[in-house]
Amino acid sequence: MTHIDDKPGGGTAVTVRGLVKHFGATKALDGVDLDVREGTVLGVLGPNGAGKTTLVRCLSTLLTPDAGHATVAGYDVVRQPRQLRRVIGLTGQYASVDEKLSGWENLYLIGRLLDLPRKRARARADELLERFSLTEAARRPAATYSGGMRRRLDLAASMIGHPAVLYLDEPTTGLDPRTRNEVWDEVERMVGEGVTVLLTTQYMEEAEQLASELTVVDRGKVIAHGGIEDLKARVGGRTLRVRPADPAQLRPLAAALDGLGITGLAGTTVDAERGAVLVPVLSDEQLTAVVGAVTAREITLASVTTELPSLDEVFLSLTGHRAGAPQDAVPADTREEVPV
Amino acid sequence: MSSATVAAPAARLAQGEGRIGLRAHLRHTGALVRRNLLWIRQDPESMFDALLFPVVFTLLFVYVFGGSIGQSLGGGQQAYVQYVVPGLMAMMGMNMAQGVGTGFNQDFNSGVMDRFRSLPIGRGSVLFAKIAVELLRMLFATAVLLVVAVLVGFDVTDWAGLLASVGLSAVFGSALMWVFLTLGVIMKNAQSVQAMGFLVLMPLQFGSSIFAPTDSMPGWLQAFTDYNPLSSLADTARGLMLGGPVAHDLWVTLGWSVALTAVMAPVAIHKFRTKS
Repeated sequence: MTHIDDKPGGGTAVTVRGLVKHFGATKALDGVDLDVREGTVLGVLGPNGAGKTTLVRCLSTLLTPDAGHATVAGYDVVRQPRQLRRVIGLTGQYASVDEKLSGWENLYLIGRLLDLPRKRARARADELLERFSLTEAARRPAATYSGGMRRRLDLAASMIGHPAVLYLDEPTTGLDPRTRNEVWDEVERMVGEGVTVLLTTQYMEEAEQLASELTVVDRGKVIAHGGIEDLKARVGGRTLRVRPADPAQLRPLAAALDGLGITGLAGTTVDAERGAVLVPVLSDEQLTAVVGAVTAREITLASVTTELPSLDEVFLSLTGHRAGAPQDAVPADTREEVPV
Repeated sequence: MSSATVAAPAARLAQGEGRIGLRAHLRHTGALVRRNLLWIRQDPESMFDALLFPVVFTLLFVYVFGGSIGQSLGGGQQAYVQYVVPGLMAMMGMNMAQGVGTGFNQDFNSGVMDRFRSLPIGRGSVLFAKIAVELLRMLFATAVLLVVAVLVGFDVTDWAGLLASVGLSAVFGSALMWVFLTLGVIMKNAQSVQAMGFLVLMPLQFGSSIFAPTDSMPGWLQAFTDYNPLSSLADTARGLMLGGPVAHDLWVTLGWSVALTAVMAPVAIHKFRTKS
């Protein structure tokens, strides 16, 4: 039961125009424009202090913007907050669950606050605990949960009201890789059910995994926007790290790849210390061609890995400066600085 | 929940749409009261203050000061028991009020308030629920006080009057809670809320007729105690429980309660809504 119709082309679930929010002298948001199309995931990528959390807080009626406007599911964030709250779900970077309550009680409480009758609230709590693999821990206080379990409970809580639009504010910051993958799986499942998602993240990898479009923000401004593939191409795409089993093959391998003549393939570099050749690739075709070339030369490989550009590299190529330069200028109450 | 499309709200924009009705308000408040009660079950230590405060205060005042103040009342320690217990009873609501801001502040420092504030609930609900639970704690503390009071020899002469003064203490206490809820929202951490509460209430409590008759105090202090609403509160409780004129002090106390609520409840709710 979602609020999304399968209209071809799809409408816009979230529209943000010229949004401004100051904290004293700091402009946390300095005229942000963005759109999230229905049923898609928009990644908002940026360093600490870029204004990501402030954006999410404005869009969930927790903060009133100073200028500009925004609508979510057609509702204005300033003029129609009550209606807006009915169609959104919020999962912050601070898992907003009540630690003293059990997982079940947390979900039951939210269900009741969302006007579900007692019986339905109970059933919904059971159902979501099951779905998020928390049934065994259902009666334990959330304070005893691991970081991953808390995030899952938080996600479950934001799903109770079948929101049309879900905000995920750095959902995996501070999680270990395995737990992070669990959270990603859940998010993908929700998206599969038609929920529109606005995801903020500091990780290019997370954006690539979950989002179809990406808006890059820095110091309260949008500095780039586009499809994931476009942006990846603009920032240099992936790097293929090829490590031959025999270190002596390193130079011949690099020479062979340089001699491939694949259009647009930038030069390779040799990381002698780690015994690998680094090959920047812009497309899946190029990646396949490189792997094919290695196979044809019958060089035994120890490993082939692809690496995404880090947030720093993305910023460097988009803006020419390193990410998060003005961090110290951001007041603590924008709440983006504190690590989990 | 309807299955309307995301982008077609025009028909749903009627005036007042989304407004939260009284029944929904009560339901939300009820759900949040349940939450706060579960907190107490999870953390029974949070009831220690409600348990210890009446015991410590009664024993302290009756046995340390009771003998000598009682003499000036013309009847020794037993006379003082009759004097101070109604005062302590009147104070219960106030003392629970002090704690409400601290707990509320802690809530804000966890993410859970963000969740509540992003839900389609009346924003007063969270505050009403907090007050309801503090009043339950106050009733518990009052019951403890009564037991201790009877053990040290308090003679209940008028049960109806006693109930009435408990009710009055609750009314004044909840009025005061709006002040502390406001402090809980605007102050940075729980410790400062607590310190602030202590600094404000301490002089008001001791500069009143709660613990001792005011006639022996210097003139300037008497001027203060005469206008101190806590004196009126304590004197009303004394009148209700032991007999004597109450009308004037009762109206003064109720007047203060109404005024505090009328001013501070909207402030607290507004600060709660707009907290960034």
